[in-house]
Amino acid sequence: MAQKKDSLIIAGKSYQSRLLVGTGKYKDFQETRLAIDASGAEIITVAIRRTNIGQNEGEPSLLDFLPPNRFTYLPNTAGCYSADDAVRTLRLARELLDGHTLVKLEVLGDPKTLYPNVMETLKAAEVLIKEGFDVMVYTSDDPIVAKELENIGCCAIMPLASLIGSGMGILNPWNLQIIIEHAKVPVLVDAGVGTASDAAIAMELGCEGVLMNTAIASANDPIMMAGAMKKAIEAGREAYLAGRMAKKLYSASPTSPTQGMIS
Amino acid sequence: MNKATSMNLKINGNIKSFDDTSMTIEGLVIQLNLLGKRIAIEKNGMIISKSEFQNILLQDGDQLEIVGAVGGG
Repeated sequence: MAQKKDSLIIAGKSYQSRLLVGTGKYKDFQETRLAIDASGAEIITVAIRRTNIGQNEGEPSLLDFLPPNRFTYLPNTAGCYSADDAVRTLRLARELLDGHTLVKLEVLGDPKTLYPNVMETLKAAEVLIKEGFDVMVYTSDDPIVAKELENIGCCAIMPLASLIGSGMGILNPWNLQIIIEHAKVPVLVDAGVGTASDAAIAMELGCEGVLMNTAIASANDPIMMAGAMKKAIEAGREAYLAGRMAKKLYSASPTSPTQGMIS
Repeated sequence: MNKATSMNLKINGNIKSFDDTSMTIEGLVIQLNLLGKRIAIEKNGMIISKSEFQNILLQDGDQLEIVGAVGGG
């Protein structure tokens, strides 16, 4: 059987990996790189922060370990609590990455839970899209907000599975399903995945991809977990494409033939 | 005092004093050992493109944000 190439398409560009990973919380850059290689991810998120001034000249930087020509950088607005801060951060990111327009927008609403502020997110998305950014947007799992973000022009909708860094898995598969059913742009789960089965479930629901960081970085063995996530994403995607059997409480048709029984 | 012999710049929230009072952004980048590093600079709230670094003179009291990419989710 000829296998049709199944690519993830975001803002007109196609990717072979449906796993997107963050680059935070690792022990060191070496571990970051090894985990990302094991994950097979092509798109990696980075944060924009004040650079160290007057410190070690030869101090290694993330970019030395993850060359921007090998990976698609997805600058994020992590830590921003207002639309203005998020827009400012991504304008700087675009300058930093030589005009790169693919970004992850996330505006938080509460430092304790890291729950997204969808009002500020909508405001920021509108400005960024007018300025030519390709916005992958982190949001709550509210289907109406997701639709509104798509209508504004976001190139991917990324609802949470559960709260950032919680590892609680997919708490509301029904909402995700509604979002996926109504979206014409890719829907990716971002945040909350804790282990491989969570990622597989997201893909089985019909997500186009999963973005995660803590589930890999905070595993006892991040590199092994990165490999597990890669397989889970692929397995979940194939199961989705294959189409699962219908669930029923019991079956009147046994797996083995009823004819030819010995008596 | 007839001529200023130093200028203060607020860089990433900290005030730093410089002897060179006719320094361009490029000059500052060199002084801070950031030449060739992947950075972006905002001066008084406005992003300055890299091609402008050599043309823009810094003035006493300028506020600069110098950012880079770091690990994050």
